[in-house]
Amino acid sequence: MTAHVAAPRLRVGVAKLASCDGCQLTLLGLEDELLAITERVDNVEFPEASSRRSKGPYDLLLVEGSVSTPEQVDEIRRLRKDAKMLVTIGACAQTGGVQALRNWLAFADVAGAVYPRPDEVASLEQAVPISEHVKVDLELPGCPVSADQLREVLAAVLVGRRPQLPNEAVCLECKRRGIPCLLVSATEPCLGPVTRAGCGALCPSVGRGCFGCFGPHVDANPLSLASGGRPRDHGSRELPLLPTPLFTAWAEPWRDAAEPRSHAGEAAPHAGH
Amino acid sequence: MQGTETTLDRDYAVRGITRVEGEGSLRLRVRGGVVEAARLEIFEAPRYFERLVVGRTPDEVLDIVARICGICPVAYQMTAVHAFEDLCGVVIDPEVRRLRRLMYCGEWLQSHALHVYLLHAPDFLGYASAIDLAQDRRDLVERGLAIKRMGNQLLTVLGGRAIHPVTVRVGGFSHLPSRDQLDVLRPGLEAALAGALETLELVAGLAAPTFEREPALLALRHPTEYPMNEGRIASTDGLDIDPRHWNDVFHEEQVPWSHALQARSANGDAYLLGPAARLALNAAVLHPIAREALDRSGLADAIRRNPFLSIAARAIELIDVCAEGLDILAAYRAPDAPRVAWRAQPGVAAWSTEAPRGLLFHRYTLDESGRVATAQIVPPTSQNQVAIERDLALFAPSVLDLPQDQATHRLEQLVRSYDPCISCATHFLDVEVDAG
Repeated sequence: MTAHVAAPRLRVGVAKLASCDGCQLTLLGLEDELLAITERVDNVEFPEASSRRSKGPYDLLLVEGSVSTPEQVDEIRRLRKDAKMLVTIGACAQTGGVQALRNWLAFADVAGAVYPRPDEVASLEQAVPISEHVKVDLELPGCPVSADQLREVLAAVLVGRRPQLPNEAVCLECKRRGIPCLLVSATEPCLGPVTRAGCGALCPSVGRGCFGCFGPHVDANPLSLASGGRPRDHGSRELPLLPTPLFTAWAEPWRDAAEPRSHAGEAAPHAGH
Repeated sequence: MQGTETTLDRDYAVRGITRVEGEGSLRLRVRGGVVEAARLEIFEAPRYFERLVVGRTPDEVLDIVARICGICPVAYQMTAVHAFEDLCGVVIDPEVRRLRRLMYCGEWLQSHALHVYLLHAPDFLGYASAIDLAQDRRDLVERGLAIKRMGNQLLTVLGGRAIHPVTVRVGGFSHLPSRDQLDVLRPGLEAALAGALETLELVAGLAAPTFEREPALLALRHPTEYPMNEGRIASTDGLDIDPRHWNDVFHEEQVPWSHALQARSANGDAYLLGPAARLALNAAVLHPIAREALDRSGLADAIRRNPFLSIAARAIELIDVCAEGLDILAAYRAPDAPRVAWRAQPGVAAWSTEAPRGLLFHRYTLDESGRVATAQIVPPTSQNQVAIERDLALFAPSVLDLPQDQATHRLEQLVRSYDPCISCATHFLDVEVDAG
């Protein structure tokens, strides 16, 4: 991630694989800075926003979405070749996203439940992170990504410095905001202790336990939280099990701790990986 | 235009339509001057949501279905939450209902502002993007971004964040905004209303391609309010049904060129959803400020007939949601509790709401444990596919004499005017209809 300021304006691309488009929209949601940013870069590829198309090369390529179809395997390899710096944006790209919930299921059952003729639909059995197919220079977490973190990455790349992204638990954001701990007060199950900061403790601030949108932080030990980490000193009140991290469940080390309970009995966990 | 004497053979194709949400193509085949095939091809990767919600609790479903679309997550949350509350006999506080409507206003505001200024206006003004447009008319793009920001602020105050909000729960909200948080929205919303009125003036002056037809338009209709969270399904050809009975009147089918199932009415007809349909069926209950603006524009009839004028329909709705939002902010009184207690019941939960792009239908069955057993989600764009293809075929003869690239651009522009949301549309089907 060294500065490469040979070109006066960075050539920037935005692309998507399997996703809801919410992370690219976070980019368009930087309403106050959008025009200032576009004045400082060459936007060479951003099909959701512009009809001008380009095959690259890109100094910076932002990609959202997971690798979910055979074409996307080819596409991400091609994009990687064209990109000096490949930054993935969001939980789908980093962890497989919500569509990776199918990775625990028998694929024939999944496709057959949705399409009358599943054979006509091109799809991989599993939705997987981009990093399983190509080298990724930086992964921006979140479902969706944080606007502040996106701004930080763009600013850092523009001036050629290393982006400053937090790698601590959501708990620290709660503490800084003075939000009473949901786990300690035994009101809500919460993934905050094992989830990477970045949302500003959004869910605890509005009365909900964290459900893991930003994925595991570097030292996360979800198995400990699930087994012995629950508070045990609240009389007969037993906390429910941890919520499933619905949108980052395929991330290591959650993959093993967070098998979606609701599918038990319907299908064996998928082999591989 | 239909009478153009020609024996032309032409193929038009746009692989990867730009300035739309998601990945789609259009393909048109003309032989001897006759359109043989017009297809909107959707190759967005399937994500299988209807299977992924199986086994989940109603509140989990609200978090999952939001991820169908980054532009309209609230539409998915609202449709599902009403369906579950309807099944389980949950009566929400009237003030909670007001705030949900305000939240939906926020979603329409950001979605319509995005489409009008960033996706659609560049077509009329001759630019590849709003970024290019800003080099010459920065004022216009900044106005659009300011309106869009206001929508996002409403969503953030009510939902915690603009994309994939987190507060909507069965029975109400997990958390209510304070009076102060709501009051600070007023000046911005007043400015957005002024911006929306200017938007209508702008788009009313744009030269739209000439194209008239009389489609069947379909939307929710409500006796006293412009439809968002509830209403009966009505159409310009006389349909009037309870949304719970969607499957009695419509069906979905798989076609080889689309990962989105196509919906048709029972007799096989296409119908069109969205802002023009809502206006055609609900002009009488527009907010008075929006109603007056519509009358003053004189565009009501043209919006109904010319799909390119959907940009004006969105501008009218921008005015409506700003004016309504201000009324809601003024009338709101904090309820006793953010949500009421409820208990899941087995049975069928079905509901429709109006997403920014049109009617959205959800149907879930809950099992004895209160978890989802089956799901059917029918997004607006999958319902509009057939009507879009039909309009492409009707419109094509008028562009046959243009140079290939100009004709192709016109066809792509037509598709863009429906604001297709392709991530939404992909991969939805009623399991039971298929089996039956």
